[in-house]
Amino acid sequence: MSKEASPQVLIVGNPNCGKSTLFNALSGGGAHVGNYPGVTVDRTSATLHLGSEQIELVDVPGMYSLTASSPEEQLAVDALTESNTRAVICVVDATTFERGLYLPLQLIESGVPVVIALNMMDAAARIGLRVDTERLSELFASPFIPVVATKRRGLDELLSALEAQLQPRAEGLKPKVAYPAELEADLATLVPVVTKWRPETPASQHRVFALWCLLSLGEDSLRGVPDDVRQAVSNIRASAADRGRNLDLEIISSRYAWLDRAIAETSSVRGPKLGWSERIDRVLTHPIAGISIFAVVMFGIFEALFAGAEPLIAAIETFTGFMQAQAAAILPAGVLQDLVVQGIIAGVGNVIVFAPQILMLFLFIGFLEDSGYLARVAFVIDRVMKGVGLHGKAFVPLLSGFACAVPAVMATRTIERRRDRLVTMLALPLMSCSARLPIYILVVGTVFAGESLGWFSAGAVALFSMYTLSVLVTLAAAAVLRRTVLPGPAPTFVLEMPPYRWPSAGILWINAWRRLRVFLVDAGTIILAMTILLWALLSFPKSAEVSENYATERAQVLQSGSSQTSKAEALQALDAREAGEQLAHSLGGRFGHAIEPVLRPIGFDWQIGVGIIGAFAAREVFISTLGVVFGIGDADEENKPLRQALRDARHADGSPVMTPLSGVSLMVFFLLACQCMSTIAVVRKESGSWKWPVFLFSYMTVLAYLASLAVYQGGQLLGYG
Amino acid sequence: MKRSLLDLPLGQHAEIESIDCGRRLSRRLMEMGLLPGTRVRVVRVAPLGDPIELRLRNYSLSVRRAEAARIAVRPQGAV
Repeated sequence: MSKEASPQVLIVGNPNCGKSTLFNALSGGGAHVGNYPGVTVDRTSATLHLGSEQIELVDVPGMYSLTASSPEEQLAVDALTESNTRAVICVVDATTFERGLYLPLQLIESGVPVVIALNMMDAAARIGLRVDTERLSELFASPFIPVVATKRRGLDELLSALEAQLQPRAEGLKPKVAYPAELEADLATLVPVVTKWRPETPASQHRVFALWCLLSLGEDSLRGVPDDVRQAVSNIRASAADRGRNLDLEIISSRYAWLDRAIAETSSVRGPKLGWSERIDRVLTHPIAGISIFAVVMFGIFEALFAGAEPLIAAIETFTGFMQAQAAAILPAGVLQDLVVQGIIAGVGNVIVFAPQILMLFLFIGFLEDSGYLARVAFVIDRVMKGVGLHGKAFVPLLSGFACAVPAVMATRTIERRRDRLVTMLALPLMSCSARLPIYILVVGTVFAGESLGWFSAGAVALFSMYTLSVLVTLAAAAVLRRTVLPGPAPTFVLEMPPYRWPSAGILWINAWRRLRVFLVDAGTIILAMTILLWALLSFPKSAEVSENYATERAQVLQSGSSQTSKAEALQALDAREAGEQLAHSLGGRFGHAIEPVLRPIGFDWQIGVGIIGAFAAREVFISTLGVVFGIGDADEENKPLRQALRDARHADGSPVMTPLSGVSLMVFFLLACQCMSTIAVVRKESGSWKWPVFLFSYMTVLAYLASLAVYQGGQLLGYG
Repeated sequence: MKRSLLDLPLGQHAEIESIDCGRRLSRRLMEMGLLPGTRVRVVRVAPLGDPIELRLRNYSLSVRRAEAARIAVRPQGAV
């Protein structure tokens, strides 16, 4: 109609039906990922050559029904009614086809040509299921093609059936679900209103659309539904309710009554046999064995993200450093060199450094999801998550937050409802991620060196407290967010427990790689831009006076009679001190000075303020920024001169900046503050708007400040510090 | 008094009588095949006591106790 959109074929199906596997088998893995307009749902599609035609195959997110109450659920209907949608492949898991036929029935009712891919026929045969696909095809007036997507069986038959469905044809016989007479009367009153709303849809579809409105509208957040349609539906529902009718029940049970007859006629199961899936479940959901295995699996994921990714991250950092050195050697010293080295290359490094953890986490989650264990994880831990208003599926993202919030935020995609996903996404950056650890180590090494509390070293107690605090605050934040910012019914837990299956390594890899690519492009752009901005903030303006002073000092060193090595050392020290003074002179440095009055009550001075600004790039950058501020040069958390400089730092009144009390205040601040632009970028990407990352940054910063204030002021009142 | 899914001993077959879980959730359950007249049994309780796992129409579905309590059933035959 409007633009010349290429013809598309949708591929739809229940969750866990093997839809993605079939999509990848048909597309050969060469898919592109976009976004559905207005919702943060990936739109994965691929080009398919069918005879002489070129068709876009669109992978629609898994669903049990076309009925919708949220924009995310609505996108399936929207895609279905797009004028360039020519046909639908509906994937049905043959092993659960008694329930799985509801969706294709709905699709066929809607009038669009449908091909049903009856998947996992091998597994169905193993549980003794026999299906008469010829008779099914007759009853549904649409071809049922047995396939085994993982083994690429039945694909040719599927494609030729699809090709046949794409041919123009006379309005054929359709399965005729018998709805009660009263319902037909209701539909008759609704059809004219729907017709006025959608004059462009074929008349034959208006009745089906009216049916969809009756079932979907009310208590919904659907977009683009005109008020008169809503009014008409609500009138019909109200008068039906008055007469004790339940419209939802009437519609759904009429469909299932039709389905039950069709299923009885076309399939038989040879005795209910205890499958091995059931036997595995006896162990994996056992009160003792189940929880133990759960703990081991979760610890394994955590350990892999935390420690296993470390060598890869180190390699990427080394590589970034190498590239920076190369660029510094090629380009003449100056602003351009600084921009390339500290802005662009550092920015790209800041993006690709997340790649190992993202790939690992998505391989793990893909394995858990495709094997069926993720549903059991939610089943086992839901009781705990329910207490704070989270879904059982929030557990894996929260746990991943201990390693890094960036992949963890991306992992919230496994949570179905948007509201539940947002609560999880906004709470989990409070988990103490691995980038906070170097800061704890620096602080502990500076203020608690060698001290002990009873049997334990003070540093160990401080570290342990930070991790405990982070878990408590995260859960509390989720509970509070659920009651205030994102109010609504607690997440319901209606979850299919799919049969256990061995996932295909190829599919896991394709999906993880796709996720990574989307991150690199979308979030990566934001991270790169922010790195460059931050570099500029901490580099400009430069003071000509400082440069001149140091140029003079350098000249003096060069003219002095000391040895070459001591000259080099003196020059290096001068460089470091000049960098420190220039930093103090920059916008960021001045800003650090300006906010010192705000930082004093929580025990910090302007130098720590500049460190905090620099740490927005990534928390651990706090340490290297401090290294520059104190004129030490490159420093890590074990750096002795930096620790000494921190111990020697004094406020204007001569009191030491770093005391055990201000140290704890600093750790609490870094624990709670959203000092991470990459988290901001990925929350922007995953929530679909700037509103949520801005909110996240604000609430975490306020929370961090208030907590540090309570620690520092409270501590002083109690006589510490 | 009506019997709910929670009153069913593990493994006992029953027929769904009514579902009263609010419109959205009831609709969801019904579309997933849990309808008045559907045969169902409770196969398992999660290690921490909640949720529970049901078996119906040859597949497994888990729901929380709070919802299960609002699904009325008619027990059928022996275990």
